[in-house]
Amino acid sequence: MTTPDHLLDVEHLTMRFGGLTAIDDVSFGAADRQISAIIGPNGAGKTTLFNCLTGFYKPTVGRLGLRRGSKTLLLERMEGFRIAQQAGVARTFQNIRLFPGMTVLENLLVAQHTALMRASMFSLAGLFRLPVFRAAERAAVDFARFWLDRIGLLDRADWDAGNLPYGDQRRLEIARAMCTRPVLLCLDEPAAGLNPRESADLNELLLYIRNEQKTAVLLIEHDMSVVMGISDRIIVLDYGRKIADGTPSAVRNDPVVIRAYLGEEETDEIPPEIAAEIGVAAKRP
Amino acid sequence: MPTPVGAALRTALKEAAIAAGVALIVALPLVGFRLIDITGGVSIQTRFDWVVYGVAVVFIGRLGLALWRELRIPHARKAGEASSLAIFAEQIAAFTRQYSLYFGIVGAAFAFALPFMPFTDQYILDVAITVLIYVMLGWGLNIVVGLAGLLDLGYVAFYAVGAYSYALLAQNFNLTFWESLPLAGAFAALFGLLLGFPVLRLRGDYLAIVTLGFGEMIRIILLNWQSLTGGPNGVSSIERPSFFGYPFTAVAPEGKTAFHELMGLEFSNSHRVIFLYFLILILALITNAFSVRMRRLPLGRAWEALREDEIACRSLGINPTNTKLSAFALGAMFGGFAGSFFATRQGFISPESFTFIESAVILAIVVLGGMGSQFGVVIAAAFLILVPEFGRDLAQFRMLMFGFAMVAIMVWRPRGLIAHREPSMRLHPVGGPEAAKAGS
Repeated sequence: MTTPDHLLDVEHLTMRFGGLTAIDDVSFGAADRQISAIIGPNGAGKTTLFNCLTGFYKPTVGRLGLRRGSKTLLLERMEGFRIAQQAGVARTFQNIRLFPGMTVLENLLVAQHTALMRASMFSLAGLFRLPVFRAAERAAVDFARFWLDRIGLLDRADWDAGNLPYGDQRRLEIARAMCTRPVLLCLDEPAAGLNPRESADLNELLLYIRNEQKTAVLLIEHDMSVVMGISDRIIVLDYGRKIADGTPSAVRNDPVVIRAYLGEEETDEIPPEIAAEIGVAAKRP
Repeated sequence: MPTPVGAALRTALKEAAIAAGVALIVALPLVGFRLIDITGGVSIQTRFDWVVYGVAVVFIGRLGLALWRELRIPHARKAGEASSLAIFAEQIAAFTRQYSLYFGIVGAAFAFALPFMPFTDQYILDVAITVLIYVMLGWGLNIVVGLAGLLDLGYVAFYAVGAYSYALLAQNFNLTFWESLPLAGAFAALFGLLLGFPVLRLRGDYLAIVTLGFGEMIRIILLNWQSLTGGPNGVSSIERPSFFGYPFTAVAPEGKTAFHELMGLEFSNSHRVIFLYFLILILALITNAFSVRMRRLPLGRAWEALREDEIACRSLGINPTNTKLSAFALGAMFGGFAGSFFATRQGFISPESFTFIESAVILAIVVLGGMGSQFGVVIAAAFLILVPEFGRDLAQFRMLMFGFAMVAIMVWRPRGLIAHREPSMRLHPVGGPEAAKAGS
């Protein structure tokens, strides 16, 4: 059942696409104000799990409980946009999804849509530029400015987001998600394609989000320097099942995890007849 | 080794020969033979001399073009490099962009002064009114197509709903223009929602097909619902506009004062036209002010974000359903206003006025002007309405000219005359050090 200090409780989550079971009875919890990493080989079901959490897929079976104060919201019953709007779950995407034709600042303002929309009284107060809307707009710009300063894009606030270098786009996407003021931030491979310096910056940014913004982070990542460096907890998936769950040091030495990543010891060597075919010198035992 | 001129000549000759061959194939059946009436039937008259002239013109023209290109820029130009004309067009567009505010002010001032210019006659005002109707429709459709990125090929349906709303309300319930205007807008917006619901999941070409069908549906319903709309006969003797209750007539009806009496002027037919002109000018400017302001509001920004990436929008808590429907409804509302104006101006409407070609012209105005550009819409509307209008002397060649102009724009300005997006809000003022590389 729901553990009191958990922000998110995933229970018996199963997702089937026709005959394919992408996630098979996965249960785990993510604590508040902690960074939990989900790792696993390609095709393990990590992104599918995110898509279930953020409402892009409806899970076949399972319960996704998010604690907000004394209430528990059931994410699997909510419409996709309400999960971000009401439950406070924000996400980024594996292949960056900014609004490329809009400026950096506008990207961050769109993220504050819910608050601004309410302040503009569904555009009525906005159309006449009433003071109540102008104040809300100023607050939104200041909040955006704060995040731009944090990710070092203040100078380029008026650039089209699509013209930014790749690493900046990644950070902008994280800042945009943070502008929705989430309680849980889901990051899908934020370090993909970053150079070592950029991923060190990313580590620092994620620690800042956890420590100063008091936001829980759920992280999918292949870059072990990021995962091992900052995660409080690691969940390992393989073929849609959870095979390990624990602290970084425990997971690193778990034989089940090592087998999933490196393969079984027996099948490690290439049989001589196949080796000859693909032109690799077969390793003699 | 052939000299550069020799090589150029050979290439040019080859191209010219191919072009002449194509021209021959096309011209022979189309120009070469002609049906003529003779007593007791028809007969075929041949005009091979015309074919020869035509092919010769194509050959020489193509040869000249090819030679000019080959000799002027002797080394093969890299693909994708802009031609000098395109660069010229870009300079004009950049100039217009830079001074768009001044252009807007000068344009509006000119528009307000137009009825009092010495050269202005009733014909010019009539044409100007038509242009302004299309400017307004273009601005309305720009909300749907330019901002929200929803390709709508049935916009004329809302124009029709607005026109019929006013006509029928005026006829059956004796409502005045000013009373029915908001109702007509509301009806059109309602139809916008009605269209919006089934197409929420569609994008791009699929959406275009459904909206096209919707536009035709409305027209066919208007054509067949005899008892309400009068079918193909339309609605006639729609109440003409009055100056807030003072009619534009030589003799005022019992108990009313005519406009010229109110103002102490000689009666003139042009009063009504001038009033109509200002009416549509103000309606159009309201449409413009509304959409310019909308762009800077969260809803307008959400429309643009939806155009850029719907999935990202959902992940940020934006309700895509409501956002799309609001774009459809508000765009349709302005179509409805314009429709009411059209009905009161014409005094007669029939389904004939709301065919697909109207939708196509409005969409062409938005696309040619540059999606999302308010000023581009004005230029494109003036261009698309004035070219056929002043081309009347050219009779049958007028559509050819129209087509040529469209092709030319799409070749030189593929993203529209003024393809530029001004950010809805800037953090750094324009011209500051940080703004140097902004936008692009």
